[in-house]
Formats: sequence, structure tokens, C-alpha cells
Amino acid sequence: MSEQVRERETRRLDRVVVRFAGDSGDGMQLTGEQFTSETATFGNDLSTLPDFPAEIRAPAGTPAGVSGFQLHYSDHDILTPGDAPDVLVAMNPAALKANLKDLPPGASLIVNTDAFTGGNLKKAGYATDPLTDGTLDPYMVHRVPLTSMTINAVHAAEGTGSVNKKEAERAKNMFALGLMSWLYHRPTEGTVGFLEKKFAKRPEIAAANIAAFRAGFNYGETTESFTVTYEVAPARMRSGTYRRITGNLALSYGLVAAGELTGLPLFLGSYPITPASDILHELSKHKRFGVRTFQAEDEIAGIGAALGASFGGSLGITTTSGPGVALKSETIGLAVSLELPLVIVDIQRGGPSTGLPTKTEQSDLLQAMFGRNGEAPVPIVAPRSPGDCFDAAIEAARLATKYRTPVFLLSDGYLANGSEPWLLPIRETLPDLKVTFTTEPNHTGPKGPEFWPYLRDPETLARPWAVPGTPGLEHRIGGIEKSDGQGNISYDPANHDRMVRLRAAKVAGIANDIPPLEVEDPSEQARVLVLGWGSTYGPIAAGCRRVRAKGLHVAQAHLRHLNPFPANTGEILRSYDKVLIPEMNLGQLRTLIRAEFLVDAIGYNQVRGLPFKAAELAGVLEDVINQ
Amino acid sequence: MTVTTNHTGISNRLLDLVPAAPAQQSRKDFTSDQEVRWCPGCGDYAILATVQGFLPELGIARENIAFISGIGCSSRFPYYLQTYGMHSIHGRAPAIATGLATSRPDLSVWVVTGDGDALSIGGNHLLHALRRNVNLKILMFNNRIYGLTKGQYSPTSEVGKITKSTPFGSLDRPYNPVSLALGAEATFVGRSIDSDRAHLTSVLRAAAEHPGTAFVEIFQNCNIFNDGAFDALKDRSSRDDVTLKLAHGEPLVFGAEGDKAIRRADDGSLEVVPAGSPGVLVHDATATDPSQAFALSRLTGDTHGVTPIGIFRSVDAPTYDEALNTQISDAREKQGAGDLMSLISGGETWTID
Repeated sequence: MSEQVRERETRRLDRVVVRFAGDSGDGMQLTGEQFTSETATFGNDLSTLPDFPAEIRAPAGTPAGVSGFQLHYSDHDILTPGDAPDVLVAMNPAALKANLKDLPPGASLIVNTDAFTGGNLKKAGYATDPLTDGTLDPYMVHRVPLTSMTINAVHAAEGTGSVNKKEAERAKNMFALGLMSWLYHRPTEGTVGFLEKKFAKRPEIAAANIAAFRAGFNYGETTESFTVTYEVAPARMRSGTYRRITGNLALSYGLVAAGELTGLPLFLGSYPITPASDILHELSKHKRFGVRTFQAEDEIAGIGAALGASFGGSLGITTTSGPGVALKSETIGLAVSLELPLVIVDIQRGGPSTGLPTKTEQSDLLQAMFGRNGEAPVPIVAPRSPGDCFDAAIEAARLATKYRTPVFLLSDGYLANGSEPWLLPIRETLPDLKVTFTTEPNHTGPKGPEFWPYLRDPETLARPWAVPGTPGLEHRIGGIEKSDGQGNISYDPANHDRMVRLRAAKVAGIANDIPPLEVEDPSEQARVLVLGWGSTYGPIAAGCRRVRAKGLHVAQAHLRHLNPFPANTGEILRSYDKVLIPEMNLGQLRTLIRAEFLVDAIGYNQVRGLPFKAAELAGVLEDVINQ
Repeated sequence: MTVTTNHTGISNRLLDLVPAAPAQQSRKDFTSDQEVRWCPGCGDYAILATVQGFLPELGIARENIAFISGIGCSSRFPYYLQTYGMHSIHGRAPAIATGLATSRPDLSVWVVTGDGDALSIGGNHLLHALRRNVNLKILMFNNRIYGLTKGQYSPTSEVGKITKSTPFGSLDRPYNPVSLALGAEATFVGRSIDSDRAHLTSVLRAAAEHPGTAFVEIFQNCNIFNDGAFDALKDRSSRDDVTLKLAHGEPLVFGAEGDKAIRRADDGSLEVVPAGSPGVLVHDATATDPSQAFALSRLTGDTHGVTPIGIFRSVDAPTYDEALNTQISDAREKQGAGDLMSLISGGETWTID
């Protein structure tokens, strides 16, 4: 190694977008996660977007098998995982091929030259070598023989004697991480500790990975290839304690919190499905919280068991994605009729049918809204960011228990797997959702006190919840229409009409129990409102910022409750000249808004399996404003 | 596993978790105020009377009993019992009851279903409930026809059945529900007949005592759409000759004169032989291996001229709900009750002033 200390320029940036891409077996998710962890520790604001194929091991070396992880971090608060990478790490030709189109000219590119063999080029579909044919001319290319340097570093290190060549080669992702950590001035202690812990049972593998990581870092220090390194100062964020969290983890914690806040044991009935399974995995760990998880034989049994548990006084939960919701529809209708609490978590993915299991979409809104036989209204809550999944889960449980109704919680693949820093909530600020069961008769009949299971609370229209084991309140409920109040089977036409309207009024009445729709319009001069729901909050807000920075005026409102809408929604929509609704579907919210408020909203719709980009939305907004 | 005896003299570690009735209960206590609306002459009336008659004998609190049903004639059952109940959707009762039983060990949970509900639309749930051994009592009324939808053939109808939906005769082979349940390794499998109150009561009582999933097939006459399906087993002059009443520990002997018996044939199946022949089998419902119980289930009126009723299998095995609740209590014992704030602040955190 050179003794000479070179003077290198350190450039200060306000934000950076980094993308790691490699074969799905190359450990790119782990590499991205660890770089993110270093970044969080450093105090930047950040947002991540993992992007991986549905196949566990697609054919190695092909573009179909490429797995990517993008991180956007900054010295100020940010809202999206970034539009285009400033730097791309490509571990093989397929990764280069699949990602190069996203890389703007002038961006940095780190390529593992060892992987650019004839065979790999062919598998990636390259006729000529992009390293030499001029393809990469527009970029700042750093050619790094990552694999061979990793193997050399591992074999030169102490404590790696028993590590074979294949195992040594597998540490190349840590070489890449080390190099990137050096280039972007990331703290490294956390990664060393992480590797020691992860491979505690195989110290030689830990040593190999740490050797590769350090070698990558030192390579940056010594090579001539990099003349500039980059710094992004910590972000000025609200004071408090933070952790990094993904949407699915925040949602799981929200459900555990809901159990504690309602005082009800949690029962999750679920069937594995991408991208919802992580919630089942997470909740299955928390037995000490009294959480019961049941991996059912199918989607229908998952929700059935959850509803059965709700009948018994648990907080019944089922987690799934769009195809699973389709299977659960009949049971959701039963829950509407039984008027029992139930939270249905739908982590939306690309559809129809199997669609794009690992990609994001917002196309289950109308399924959640209308996908049942009969008049079967179900409240819908949608989180706007990974961290917000915590609060949205609590809100869904609040509505379910207070109004004795199934509630949809509509997250999506982007929120589920994306992450951001999360300001930890303070226990005292969480709502008190204590549930009280009915224990006494509520009606006096000719023979004395009786229990009427459908005698409603006059304010909420919720029915009493008396659980088995309560003496004197024995009763039967079912999916057949029942008489208002008493709850006995009734085929009476007027009673059915009344019951249908009561169930609808109960859900509609929730509008008075949720916060009004808020509008962000800093200049107060906007004539265009952009309305969104769910995971598009970040890109829409980032797009609005860009437009406002150009001196244009735009107002933003974002819906958390989609059924019912906040009471002031119509009034707000009507107070703007134009309403733009960007959605990752073909206009589902727009359909609802037009039907309910007769507002001729404009749609911007993309279903590419990826979140919107801020620049893209800024362009659309400008067009609408200037039209 | 500790086996204890409760106030009824019944030995069941799970039934002990259900509170006892404060006072002696009667049939009247279990009769709801709802008018029973099955067709006059339906076998369901007899089953309802038997259940209402025997539930008080269990000595458990009425409010801690729940009946869950699906869809079909039989599934109206819960409305007529003064217990907690849910009339759910077609085929899903075992799944719903699994959630209830698993989350409430203090309840005695019963499923009432029919041949269409349990074996056709709900077949998957039934198999998995039996496999898991959830603490449920599943009563399957088998009338070998669809009644509520007015007379289509069912998954237990005989081949060639002429019905509204099969005017040229049904084509698919029927399920043998007892074979099916034993194939899923159900820990308790029984069969009885709607009209034989004493026998039905004895099988139901044993089912109630069983810790785990108990499956009971009840032959039930639909006098509107499939009248007389079980006449041979009911007719006084013929029934003793074609019915094998299984009794644990007793030789497998039947017939009005006790003149017929069961033994194993050379090919491993069972055969009917004159009583007193060598090798007559003794019924062992508690055998861990379900093979002999399965072989018994293959005896039918059509093939062997005899139909076994009674308890085919009753073995003690860990139940799903006990195991899950034990995981929870063990976790709490070892790690302490969960603390929400320490859970959510787990992992790497950083503080900004």
C-alpha cells in the first residue's frame, strides 16, 4: 500500500441516491440494508426501495434474476427513495443491463469487471462488451475487479484458513459495501459488529466478510480511480429517538400495540402470500404479548379463524394481498353481517390474478370498497409511509372495535418493504382504545330481562359485543338477515331495507369520528389541488415541492380514510379549479371521487410496479397548472 | 400429560378448563325460544332432542358452550340451542370454530355440519381441522343429499343417483366419511344414527369427553329428498343383522342371534365369518395405529352386508390449541410479559436532540 497521502477533494452533497444491483444470490438486499443502517446511524434522513424478482433463484446471470436495492439519503427531510441513482454498483453484466436505463448521464458506475466474461455477457444479452464498446461513455465508470480482489483479501486475512474459494467469492458484496462506505464517508463499526453477530457460529466466515469489507474500504483509499469522495451532513430532524423501520414491521408493531391499547388478545389467521408474509413472521415471534398466530390451510380459513376468535373476544386480524382478499370476500361479508371487529390487512401488489407479486400497485381500492355480494360497506384506512403503517394499524383497530365492523388496512408492496427513519412514539400519546364487553341484559321483554344482540348504540350505531362465557347473554348470530334490535332471523322486507341502511349509516357515520382532510398550500394561492392516498404521499409531496420551488402554486391533500371520506372532502375538492389524482392504478380513487362528489377530477395513472418519481409528478403538475 | 377427572366423572383435561354449571341444568335450559323450522319428519328433530337432552349431563356452564355451523339444513341447529352460536357460511365452520376454540380454552366448541357442507365446499377445512386436532366436536349429519337447495346429489350419494342435477344418474364415487376422517388421522371418529337415541347419546358423550377433534358421522334421514336412505339400519326386523355395534374391548360380533363376526382376511381386509370362527377380532378404539379402524370403516352394507356404528377410534394426542397456548405461557414464563415500548424501540436506534 502506498505511503503517500493523496489530497482528495471531498464534495458536500445535500442528497445522494445509491443503487446496488446484482444476481438475486449476490446478497444485494443485505448489502443495501447494511449501507442503509450505516446511513441511519450517521443521522441522515433516508428512504429505501428494494426491488427483487418473484423467483427465489432465477437463472443466475440473467436480467430476470437481478435483485436491486436503492437508497436515497440526505441532509434534509426527504419523501421518496429517489428518482434516479447518482451511483450504481453493478455486480455483473445482467445487473448492468437491467439498471443502466435508469442511470442519468454523468452518474457514477462501479462495475465488477471480473464478472464481465464471455458467458456472462451472453447470458445478459450483450453482443459486445459494454466495458469496451462505448456503451458506458456517458458515465463516470470505475472498473473494479471485485471478485478477484475479494478472494485475495479473504485468503490473506487471518482466521480464514478453512474458507474455500467459493465462500471467499461470496463475500464480494461486502467488498462493494466497504468501497461504498469509504466513498460516502459512512461509519463502519456497525457493519463489523453486524458481521460478527450474523456469522457468530462460523467465525471463519465472519472473518472472511470483515476482511472483504475492510479490503473494499482500503481499496478506495489507495486506488487512483476515485478523485472525489462525498459527504452528506446529518439531517436536521425533529428531536427524539429514531429507528429505521419498514412498513411491514411498523404495521406488525401497530397491531401488537392495538392489542395492548384495546385490551384484547391478538389473533392472526393468515396464509403465506407475498408481500404480506413478513407480518405473519413478525407476529409469530410475539407470543409473550399473548399474540396467537395461526397459519391456516388457505386464505379462507385464515380469515375464518380470525373471525371466530373475534366472536370469542379477541382482536381478529387477517393479513394478505389482493388475490387473498378475493378468496376472503365471502367471510368479510359475513363479518359485515355479524358486526364483529376484524382487521383485514391487504398489502397490495400488481394484479390482476397473480400479477406482479413483488411489485407495488394501488389497484385493490375498488375491491376493498365493493368486492362483496350485497350492500356490504367496510371502512378503509391507508397508510402513507412505512412508519405511518404503525399509526394506521392502530386506527384500523380503533374503528373495528368501536364500530364492530371489519376494516380494511390497505398498504402496498412499496410501503411494506421500503424503509425510513421512524420517530418512536411515546406511550402516553397512543390512544386509549379500551374495549368493554356487554355483560348485562339490555332489554326487558314480556318474560323479563333479555339480551338483544342487535340493539345499537344510538350514537355509533354499533351493536353490543357479548362474548361466549357471559352468563345470561347466550345468543345466536349468523349471516342470514336478522331483525333490527332483537337479532332473530327475519325475512321481513321492511326490516331488511332498514338493516341494510343501518349498516350503511354506521359506516358512513365514521366520517364524524375522523380528522378532517387537511390541505397543504404554503402560498395559499393554489388553484390546483393534487389529491392522493396511500403510498403515493412521498412522491406527490416531493413533486409539489419541486413545482413550488419554481414559483408555481399547488395544494396537496392526502386521504388516510377512503371509506368514509372525511366530512369536509367535498367542500375542499370544490374549492379548487382543478383536482389532479395520481394513482398507481387506472383511476380507482378518481372513480369514487367523481361518483361521490361530482367533481371532474383529472387522473394521472401508471401501473409499472414501481412508485412514482418526484420529477415525473412535478412535470404532470406543471402541465395541469399551466393548461 | 395429566389426565384429571372433573365434576361429571368425565376424564378430560380440556373439558376441565370449562367452568362447571352452578346448578343442575335441564333440557329446558338448552332450548332456545326459536321455532324449529325443519320439515316435519326430518331426522334433525331427533338429533336436536338428543343433544338438548345430553348437554345438561356434561355439567358445564351453558354460557361456555358454543355451536358453530355452516350452511345447509343441519346448520340451522345453533338457533335452537340456548347456548352461544354462529350460523356462518358454507363449509367454513371448522375454520371459524378453530379460531374460537384456539383463543378460548374455557369454551366447549361444537361444529354442526352436513355432508355437502363438510365434505364438498368445506372439505379442505374439515381435513385440516382433523389433522391439527383442535379441540372441536364436529357433528356431521349425513343424509346423502342436498336438502336446502332442494335435492341435488351430495358427495356421499351413491353412484347413479337420479336427482334434479343428475337426471341420467350421478357419476362420481361417494366419500366414506369415516374412512376420510381416519385418513386424516382424526383422533376421535364415531358414527351413529339419528333414530337411536341411546346409541347417539353414548357416542356424543364420548366425543364431548375427547380432548381434541372429535368427528361424528350421524346417519340422518331426509324424508323429503332421500327418504329411507338408512332404512335397513332402522328397520326392527333387519337392523340387528346388518349393524355392527362397536364396543371397545369387545369381540366384533353382530347379528340378531350374535351369529356373525369379523376377522382379518388373507389380503389384510376384514371379512364377515360365522361367530366362533378362529381369529375373531376384538375392537380396540385406542390403538395408536389407525389401520384396523380404517379397515372397519371399509365394511359397508353394499360390500359386506354390515355397517359398523359406534366409536372407531379414540386416541389421546396433543391438541393444537393446548400446544399454542402452552407456547404463549412458556414464552411469558421465560421472557416475561411483553413490553410494547421495549419491543418497538428494539434494534438500532439513534437520538436527535
